[in-house]
Amino acid sequence: MTNFLNEWGITAMVFAPLLGVLIMLAIPKTQEQLLKVIALGTTLITGGIGVYLLANFDYNNSADMQFAQSYDWIKVFNAKYSVGFDGISLPLIALTLLVVPLVIIYSWNHIPNPGNPKTFLILILILHTGMLGTFVARDLVLFFVFFEVVLLPMYFMIGVWGGPERQYAAIKFFLYTLFGSALMLVSFLALYWLTGSQTFEIVRLSELVAEKGIPLNTQVLIFAGMFMGFGIKVPIFPFHTWLPDAHTQAPTQGSVILAAVLLKLGTYGFVRIALPILPDAAVEWAPWIGLLAVIGIIYGALGCLAQTDMKRLIAFSSVAHMGYVMLGIATLTDLGINAAIFGMVAHGLITGMLFFIAGSVKERYHTLEIKRLGGLLLQAPRLGWIFGFCTMASLGLPGLAGFWGEFPAILASYQPGGGLSTTLFRVYMLVAALGTVLAAGYLLWLLQRTAFGKVPEEFKDDTHIKNPSLTEWLAWVPLLVLILLLGVFPGLIFDVTEAPVSLISGVWN
Amino acid sequence: MFTLDTFQVLLADQGFERPNIDWHAVSPELVLLAGGALVTLVDVIGLEKTRRFIPMLTGLVFLAALIPIVTLFQAGDLPRTMFDSAYIVDGYSLVLKVMFLLAAYVVVLMGADYLVDGDYYDSEFYQLIMASVLGAVVLASSRDFLFIFLSIELVTIPAYMMAAWRKKDLKSNEAGLKYMLMGVFASSILLFGVSWVYGTTGSTNFKEILSLDIINGSPNASGLTYVLGLGTIFVLVGLCFKVSAVPFHTWAPDTYEGAPTPLTAYLAVVSKAAGFVGLIAVVKLFVQLNNGTSNIVQIFMWVIAAITMTVGNLIAMRQQNIVRMLAYSGIAQAGYMLAPFVVVDNLALATSSIVNYLLIYSAMNLGAFTVVIIVARRTGSGDINSYAGLFKYAPGLAVAMTLFLFSLIGLPPTGGFIAKFRIFEVLLWSSPDENTSWMALSLAVLVAVNSVIAAYYYLNVVKQMWFMPALGDDSAIKVPISLKVALILTLGFTLIFGLSNLAPALSEL
Repeated sequence: MTNFLNEWGITAMVFAPLLGVLIMLAIPKTQEQLLKVIALGTTLITGGIGVYLLANFDYNNSADMQFAQSYDWIKVFNAKYSVGFDGISLPLIALTLLVVPLVIIYSWNHIPNPGNPKTFLILILILHTGMLGTFVARDLVLFFVFFEVVLLPMYFMIGVWGGPERQYAAIKFFLYTLFGSALMLVSFLALYWLTGSQTFEIVRLSELVAEKGIPLNTQVLIFAGMFMGFGIKVPIFPFHTWLPDAHTQAPTQGSVILAAVLLKLGTYGFVRIALPILPDAAVEWAPWIGLLAVIGIIYGALGCLAQTDMKRLIAFSSVAHMGYVMLGIATLTDLGINAAIFGMVAHGLITGMLFFIAGSVKERYHTLEIKRLGGLLLQAPRLGWIFGFCTMASLGLPGLAGFWGEFPAILASYQPGGGLSTTLFRVYMLVAALGTVLAAGYLLWLLQRTAFGKVPEEFKDDTHIKNPSLTEWLAWVPLLVLILLLGVFPGLIFDVTEAPVSLISGVWN
Repeated sequence: MFTLDTFQVLLADQGFERPNIDWHAVSPELVLLAGGALVTLVDVIGLEKTRRFIPMLTGLVFLAALIPIVTLFQAGDLPRTMFDSAYIVDGYSLVLKVMFLLAAYVVVLMGADYLVDGDYYDSEFYQLIMASVLGAVVLASSRDFLFIFLSIELVTIPAYMMAAWRKKDLKSNEAGLKYMLMGVFASSILLFGVSWVYGTTGSTNFKEILSLDIINGSPNASGLTYVLGLGTIFVLVGLCFKVSAVPFHTWAPDTYEGAPTPLTAYLAVVSKAAGFVGLIAVVKLFVQLNNGTSNIVQIFMWVIAAITMTVGNLIAMRQQNIVRMLAYSGIAQAGYMLAPFVVVDNLALATSSIVNYLLIYSAMNLGAFTVVIIVARRTGSGDINSYAGLFKYAPGLAVAMTLFLFSLIGLPPTGGFIAKFRIFEVLLWSSPDENTSWMALSLAVLVAVNSVIAAYYYLNVVKQMWFMPALGDDSAIKVPISLKVALILTLGFTLIFGLSNLAPALSEL
């Protein structure tokens, strides 16, 4: 068994959800309870395999790809089924393994309209496979396949179970992402041919690009394709416009997964693929990425201040937060990239949690219009306090997880790597620091308008508005604990990511 | 007694010797020929009594013709050539023959109930389709202008009649007439082009044409280039009519809409693939012939591919009728398939990617048409709106259609992804010739952009099926067994092509 899991563990973990899908397909959709049990069981088994792998992971050599497997897949163009993970993927895999079961627990009595839990849960499980696969793929074609597979279930989740504008949001999300990935594919193939050895293995490619001396102009162009693919997914300003629509219209579960994991696929792509393969082009691009990142920080914050819908506000705050992650990456320093990975996990936990709360508020008040809400702390004090806790975490309060994503990223901008202009990045640093002030502004203002104050007339006698239910507690407690835990012990993630990140950033420093 | 022997002796007296015929190599064609005679005989003798067995018999003949192909592969002494290399049986042609036969088999499965339900003449339909497939099978091996011309005519002339099969329907009459007029026009252009080539080279046999010193590098060669160039253009234009490339596409949407739907599927897949097989053969000839014709092919193909995919997609966006939408999308798909021809200095790779695309295109497009037929049996309509709510009352069918549409978009894990991937692969091949590189790269970006445009209208159907409530009758759909088999076959191939090495490996043979 041990040998089996060491060798096949990743494959088993990635495809276990699909096995669950097959079982669920055979069960009639009227057996809702059974379907939920199987879906949850599947994610728990997946998580179990994952935990086994995490336990056997050699943390002293976290820069190595571990549990690696490589088999020929499509021989004609040398695409390989090649999987494995190192310290960069590990936190994100752990995040995915955690969030998906919680989402399914939350779904226990929160299946959005128009019902049909069978299809809904099947889509979540397909998403699960796609997300895990993206984080373990070591071959560009395999990565691309998983990266795209993620798109499909999310499209249906938004389009079928979403809000009133769901059709528009779903297609916008789909077309934006597809456009980016089509150009990204062009870049991958350009690498495949230009490196001359016709391989898609990420590690090989990064060695070959250095050896072959591909002209810088070409590298910059290839980076552009990847920038479109990953940047739209992140999303980087000005490609962010799909995000508020998708988030606002998606059902709670969709928003949570979107915020917690899907956005990270883009930033992960930068760290895993774009930077190591094209380090020279990254230096050329970094000032621009940094610029767009800080524009995103400020623009996202200003956008938040203007929102009248709670969920849309949280969505815009994602634009700002992902801006910090991108700024961290753009500094090309050890600290910055470590911060970026921490930021991804922290944002996943915190914003995921905020979307859960938004979903529960919507369920209780049947509206998310900030103007109509108020007095949450009076009517549902526990829910109100959880909300308060998460807004504090989101604005980057020291001691909570959000802090360790933002602060080191800002710090890293003081002294960027790769010979980047220090002046420029110090300007970015100032702007980004200003962004944290704005973040405190819009989040506290949100909290003040919704949780404080008197209970509005229209909800005065509403008995629906109560503290979290059992499934909500079950789904939320792990996230809340982790937000605190990571805030107090940031080393839990930094220790794992440090070694592999220094391998990447070593080129510039 | 006048026997074959005496006939040969008679001919030999006049200085004619029967060329050596490799009976094994032509046995697939012979099976089809015998099958056609058999179907006709059974129909004539059995009349009404045997009528309902005719579709099954036709299907069996198509499958039986696969047997000699298997034995040919087994024999392993490929390529086999006949008639002074005018007829070549190699791995490439055998793969195409298998594709034609299987596609035709699926068309027969689709047609069985359609023709009976509509009370149309049916046995004649099958005789004609068999003749047409025979043409396609011969075409795959043809390396001679005469062979190519004759086999293309054999593919299309029966199709003229079949297009007008619903003879009491004005639209079907229009379909047949339009198709015939445009088809005959195209044939005459093709023939005209061939006459220029014949005039300069004195031969229609590709091998002979290529062996002529007068064209390849002799001092007089430049003078001949203009004449040959005209011939090249006319031949290409003639064939572009057959693959319905813009601006020679105007017949396709009307014909597709008016013709019986199984025949539409046949035109969109088998007949179009036949056109491509003809194009591959002549493009190979012209590229090898000399620099002049090679350049003409390159520029011609760049222009045609670019406008075909763009115009096809833009018009497809406006279609309300699903068959017309598929017609225009098929035009756009033809544009993608034409693009690799631009890479004239690596024609082997280009050909392989086109064959790969054809294999996958056949599976996914036939699948989409199968669903169209099944749904039209219920709703009696071809409106895209009539797909509303399909997921609610026929989830299996909706999922199948969704997968076909995703495949047509080019998303993993379906075959369409591998198809488009290989188009990109060729277009990004780093050619030593800078001119080629830029032409190919610009087409690659165009393909990427077009994929997004195409996604919009394919998703429009997905949207109807999943996001919209059902309009009328929403009881479950009963699918006749033959259509079920067609659906399973096409869906199976679409997915296997997407996940395995199969299609690329076959296209490399």
